[in-house]
Amino acid sequence: MATTVQTGAAVQQQAEQYGNSRVTELIYRVLLYGAVVMGGIVFAIPFYWMMRTSVMPTTQVYLFPPEWWPERFEWHHFKTPFAVFPFAKFFLNSTFIAAGSAIGAALSSSVVGFSFARLRFPLRDIMFVVVLATMILPEHVRLVPTYLLFVQLDWIGTYRPLIIPNWFAPAFYVFLMRQFFMTIPRELDDSAMIDGCNPIGLYWRIHMPLSLPALGVVIIFMVTSQWNDFLYPLIYIQGVPNYTVALGLRLFEGHMTNNMQALMAASILGVLPTIILFFFAQRYFVQGIVVSGVKG
Amino acid sequence: MASISESQTQRGLFSLFRRDGKPMKPSTREAWYGYLLASPWIIGFIVFTVGPMLASLIIGMYRTDFLTETTFVGFKWYQNVLRDSLVRKALINTAIFSFTVVPINTALALLIAVMLNQGIRLQSFWRTVYYLPSVVSGVAVSLLWKWLYQPDIGLLNSILGPILRPYGIDPPRWIFSTEWALPSLIIMAFWGAGGAMLIYLAGLRGIPTSLYEAAEIDGASSFRRFFAVTLPLLTPTIFFNVVLNIIISWQVFTQALVMTRGGPNNATLTMVLHIYNTGFQNFYFGYASAQAWFLFVIVLIFVILALRSASSWVHYERV
Repeated sequence: MATTVQTGAAVQQQAEQYGNSRVTELIYRVLLYGAVVMGGIVFAIPFYWMMRTSVMPTTQVYLFPPEWWPERFEWHHFKTPFAVFPFAKFFLNSTFIAAGSAIGAALSSSVVGFSFARLRFPLRDIMFVVVLATMILPEHVRLVPTYLLFVQLDWIGTYRPLIIPNWFAPAFYVFLMRQFFMTIPRELDDSAMIDGCNPIGLYWRIHMPLSLPALGVVIIFMVTSQWNDFLYPLIYIQGVPNYTVALGLRLFEGHMTNNMQALMAASILGVLPTIILFFFAQRYFVQGIVVSGVKG
Repeated sequence: MASISESQTQRGLFSLFRRDGKPMKPSTREAWYGYLLASPWIIGFIVFTVGPMLASLIIGMYRTDFLTETTFVGFKWYQNVLRDSLVRKALINTAIFSFTVVPINTALALLIAVMLNQGIRLQSFWRTVYYLPSVVSGVAVSLLWKWLYQPDIGLLNSILGPILRPYGIDPPRWIFSTEWALPSLIIMAFWGAGGAMLIYLAGLRGIPTSLYEAAEIDGASSFRRFFAVTLPLLTPTIFFNVVLNIIISWQVFTQALVMTRGGPNNATLTMVLHIYNTGFQNFYFGYASAQAWFLFVIVLIFVILALRSASSWVHYERV
């Protein structure tokens, strides 16, 4: 506990309460750990149920009441999705969309974030307020008109409507990058300036390399959100071979009403990339969330 | 929100010469670079935000499928929105979803964050356990929950059944019943409380321990310490999250389409799902646009109300 200077009376009072408070403390710890463990189990059970279903024999999976542990492990359900639909292609398609969006979003938002954080120009502060305002703009208002725009551009059935809008500095990431650049000491700018750097050089040689962690955050967020996206691929993608994993899963469900193991196996495969990404980049996830949420 | 003012004095970092050899005002040169580097956002804002928003208003005045038919109908769709019983149904469903998910998720996320912040062992392990469900989302998660909600052999009723049946109560039929379908989507949303939990946890860590020590010396109970120190200092973070979650929750779509297709009997028809159906299934793009604007105005009203309420409960004094 606190190592503060206490008056004699307070010390005495604390000593009297000590025996009592130790019991209270113990009960409190037990209840606390109980709640944390119970809640953790509740949060983890859906994942367990997903895995348990994916490896169960057909004779067991539809039993009533349901059984918790597979009587034997059948791994072949993980092959079914690939046998029925080109799921490998779906993964490739999703990866292409996610990567294309993430690289464009990271570059554009960091350049824009840099200019908002470091350069002075008229209307800059107003523009930044607009960035913040668009962050809280519901996405769906743009749904129909951007569709019309992409119809006009003849982009329907390509991945361009899913990727290219992200190359124009999505507001949330601009905010994130700008907050990051604000923390870089100005002295670095001055020394670069003395070396004869122009703003682009200053960005490219000093700020960009220093902001790699923030760029990582943008890339991870963008990849995750594109991987999980459903509405936009649903609207823009045509033809089964061009499907993303999300669309493929939905298609697969329609064909697999009596094969829950294969459906859960496909779902596991569908969420696996984001989970792996999370475990490898946990630090960035946490950091990004902290920057966006706490300092906001 | 972030501070956007700078106390830095106007001091041109970059100087350059004009074509006539006279030095350009450093600030002018800096401004040009500023616009240049901000241009991706400026262009994107015009092409993908302002333009579409205005276009949406105009498209809402046409009866159009973008292919064969384009007829000007004036404000017909906008008037229809207010009368259409399906729109009303979707609006009520989405409102119920938002007004239950946002407060309960906020409280749940706070509770978990405070629990994990009590110097618990393996904190990062528990943090991952609670956070992981919010990393995954979309179709796979909807399929999983559809399976969990399966009334006869699903996980939920296999737990609830043995508890409820002795009392003569049958467990709900979840997404297959009109009364329980919307609550099913709401309960499922609680699984994603970990995202906000992570933010609150970081916020809690940012509270200086000296404040707690001071409160303890003053003899404040742990209960009082939470409400007098922790909660007020966390309100800016809570506020930011609540605003974002209001907007996100009003756009609920994937679960409603994948799990129930808006059914049964439109019990889970949400606003964005209805907009999608109107535009991209039935090809009334004008009407879909009008509905989207209607939804936009509603969300805007709630966001403004939230922003206005901020002064009465958000504690902005930085320590």
